[in-house]
Amino acid sequence: MINFSFDGKTYQAHKGDTLAAALLRNGIGLVGRSFKYHRPRGIMTAGVEEPNALVTIGDGGRSEPNTRATDVFVYEGLVAKSQNRWPNLSFDIGSVFGLAAPALSAGFYYKTFFGSAKRWMFYEYFIRKAAGLGNAPTKTDPDLFSQRAAFCDVLVVGAGPAGLSAALEAAEAGKRVILVEQDNILGASLIRDGQDRDGAWVESTQARIRAAGGRILTRTTASGYWEHDLVTLTQRIAEPGQTPSHGVAQRLWHVRAGQVILATGSIERPMAFAHNDRPGVMLSQAVRTYVRRFGVVPGKRVVIATNNDDAYKTAYALKAAGAEVVAVLDARPAPAGADSGLPVYNNAVPLSTNGARHCLKSVTARVNGLTQSWDADLIAVSGGFTPVVHLHMQAGGTLDWNDAAQAFVPAASRQNVTTIGGAANPEPVFNVVPVSKPKKSFIDFQNDVTLSDVDLAWAEGYRSVEHLKRYTTLGMATDQGKLSNMAALGRLAEKQGVAIPEAGLTTFRPPYTPVTMGLLAGAGAKDAGAHVRRLALYDVHAAKNPIWQPLGYWFRPRAYPVGSETLAQAAMREAKAVRSNVGMTDVSTLAKFEVSGPDAAAFLEIICATTVGKLAVGRGRYTFMLREDGFVFDDGTVWRLDENRYLLTSSTGGADRMATHISYVRQYLCPHLRVSAINVQEHYAGIAVAGPQAKATLSALIGEEPPRHMSTVPAMIAGVPVIILAASYSGERAFEIYVEASHVGPVWAECEAEVSKQGGALYGLEAMEFLRIEKGHLVVGGEVDGRMTPHDLALDKMLNKAGGYVGASGLSRPALSEAGRRQLVGLEAIEGNIPEGAMLITGEGASPHGHVSAAAFRILDGGSIALGQLTDGFARHGEELIATSPTRGQMARVRVVAPHFYDTAGERYRD
Amino acid sequence: MMQFTCPHCGPRDQAEFIYERTVDAVVSLDAAPEEAMKSLFTRNNPRGVDEEIWRHTYGCRAWMVIARNRVTNEISATRAVGPEALP
Repeated sequence: MINFSFDGKTYQAHKGDTLAAALLRNGIGLVGRSFKYHRPRGIMTAGVEEPNALVTIGDGGRSEPNTRATDVFVYEGLVAKSQNRWPNLSFDIGSVFGLAAPALSAGFYYKTFFGSAKRWMFYEYFIRKAAGLGNAPTKTDPDLFSQRAAFCDVLVVGAGPAGLSAALEAAEAGKRVILVEQDNILGASLIRDGQDRDGAWVESTQARIRAAGGRILTRTTASGYWEHDLVTLTQRIAEPGQTPSHGVAQRLWHVRAGQVILATGSIERPMAFAHNDRPGVMLSQAVRTYVRRFGVVPGKRVVIATNNDDAYKTAYALKAAGAEVVAVLDARPAPAGADSGLPVYNNAVPLSTNGARHCLKSVTARVNGLTQSWDADLIAVSGGFTPVVHLHMQAGGTLDWNDAAQAFVPAASRQNVTTIGGAANPEPVFNVVPVSKPKKSFIDFQNDVTLSDVDLAWAEGYRSVEHLKRYTTLGMATDQGKLSNMAALGRLAEKQGVAIPEAGLTTFRPPYTPVTMGLLAGAGAKDAGAHVRRLALYDVHAAKNPIWQPLGYWFRPRAYPVGSETLAQAAMREAKAVRSNVGMTDVSTLAKFEVSGPDAAAFLEIICATTVGKLAVGRGRYTFMLREDGFVFDDGTVWRLDENRYLLTSSTGGADRMATHISYVRQYLCPHLRVSAINVQEHYAGIAVAGPQAKATLSALIGEEPPRHMSTVPAMIAGVPVIILAASYSGERAFEIYVEASHVGPVWAECEAEVSKQGGALYGLEAMEFLRIEKGHLVVGGEVDGRMTPHDLALDKMLNKAGGYVGASGLSRPALSEAGRRQLVGLEAIEGNIPEGAMLITGEGASPHGHVSAAAFRILDGGSIALGQLTDGFARHGEELIATSPTRGQMARVRVVAPHFYDTAGERYRD
Repeated sequence: MMQFTCPHCGPRDQAEFIYERTVDAVVSLDAAPEEAMKSLFTRNNPRGVDEEIWRHTYGCRAWMVIARNRVTNEISATRAVGPEALP
């Protein structure tokens, strides 16, 4: 015996019971309340298609809402709770919604939204309280979810007789086979139908598949069929809410199969009649499963309603188990069922059920045009069989209409997939047109959609099945219409006066059954959600407790506060150190490419929009790159290290994009060039030393005269070979020192010692931003925002007049240099501080002429300054504007000036 | 998730590749402005086979052209590009 609890009460289950079987075993028929009307619901099926018996399993982080009681195997200590009821299951206030059912008919939400807002406000509170399923867990799931890839020659989905036979044949033919079964045992219909009662055939087949090297996965659902025969499997290692024995609760498999065999069987259809959602209404095969597999007889006096032969097996199983079959309502005319030895009524279809205290009391049917009733506590219904074609459809396959079975069956597929068994050859049935009152005749049990909702949608002009689905929400619940789609199609076809295949079909999409989010995330959750790139000097920075700034996948120090300094105070102190003495910072993340070979210069003149070829060995220059449409997309510097060897730098944020661009241009556009372009971003770490004392600092470090501005030399620091580039982003005399990242430690240490000897400071990104804004240098992603041309940024004089670079023809479009474009300007405050991101307007109510892309303060003199983009800005220097940021509630009066606030002559970085 | 046959590495999962563009969207370096704009903004987008440029980024990093049917995802041809693939 296994102990479990339901709504706080403890019960006993047998080994191998599903929760549904265990609840029935304990006489519990009422399991939940319906989504919209809070109608009492019980257990309808014995499989994953269950629409009614949805419960929350488990506690805390392991709790899993909306779990089908038919798809959970009971374990010791299982905790289940019913959903969507208050204060308790048998007395539920929300069921008054059932009384107000007409108010919530098809299209209720749409109509309410089109009505006055007041009306929605009134309804919303009640609807949000009432309509719903279980609650999402609020605690972190403590379990692990793993992912795994696998390959096989043949993947067989479904371990019924057809699937087992196919897997055995393939495995014994020497193929690599994976057989998956969503149940925890193999056999499927064999168990339900008792054809292999002692399990000997299943047992021996399983053993032979394994002996031939086949892999069998139970509790594993093929939930998605993707391109090129990739099938995703979701494997339950622990049951919902259960503590996994080895930490891993579920596993997601990506299986690339040579061939896929679908032996997915079929799902029995309910019939539409009034109050067909009451506890005590079950599908016929489900009743048989409970009797045969679990030894639970869900009713004592049973009515069977059918349109096919299969349901007679249920009647015999019930009789053998001691239940009384009071009537078999067979929709088919005589002589169907004549020699069954059962009380068969031909031309008989159910009309309604009656009940009391959430139990079934009687069944009313129309028999040969007359109404007749039977006292019964269970009705077993079989409305035919819907082949499980989901995976076939997900694979892009088409369907054929099988008229005898009144069902769609798999037809052609563009992938390597075949369907066998019951899914390909469903049992013949007799077509039954519902005659009951449509109002309480449910077709989608989970979303509470009735025949009358379909009728209403039709009356309101919804013709397409896709519209019908969205208007009524039919088939849109977590069961994705496994039971309801065919009933709705039948009703729609009846209204249209066409055959079902002409009424259309909605699309089947993955997953076949719900997949928990944690499984999709796998190990990529929490800190592993995105990868982190660590600076080679990460530990050195971390020891100084900086304020970190994420920059793409990198984290860089934003400032190094001393004592109780705020970010702004620390950054200003650091910036002042650079302006008045010397500072150093880590610039390792800049994109860097080593370009070498006889055609290196020619290649760089394709990548860069500036001239490169005339650069002397040991010299460098500023450069920028264009997109093919002529807009600036990155900038940096290019250095000639040797006759045929160059170093190209560009922005950190654009590094990956630039690496792809360079590779594309080299490999696809210029395969004939004799050049190698290697991404050395992480190969070199970089240290910038800037300030009036930078030259003295560097002299001390390398023991010789440092290179002049825009020159480069190789040197040694701390016994490590380095490349010195004399370039300035800050506006001061400055150097960038590049060194193999694995040897940067001692170089940094020696630089830091020398800088501190000079009385200088470390500086972070925030100070760097202050410095570059004051100097008017661009930042990619700020001023260079993808909408600016070289003309707009006043870079056009640097363009390579010979053309031939990427973007040259795009840039030649006249509109890219016409008047009326936004242009780069400087802004200085006349009154107030300029808010970053502010709009630039001429007066209140005027439309914006541009915006502020970056704002800062003059470092030594104070005063609010900014860079911005302004329509025809070059010609508007001296004009007064308003910079306003309504979202921040900030405003400043500004004057348009040139975008250089400091050392406009550029004298400070020259010796 | 598709499976491509990299000319250098053999059959690999699509997750290892990045998409660049279709071949008809390639802007050659000597393209006239009208021609360049046509490639960038008015592409063919056929319902059927198209030639696409992909890169085996998380593998050998090589570029290739893959002829893919956009309706069925059938891959009818794959060819390597780059200096090594020159005749």
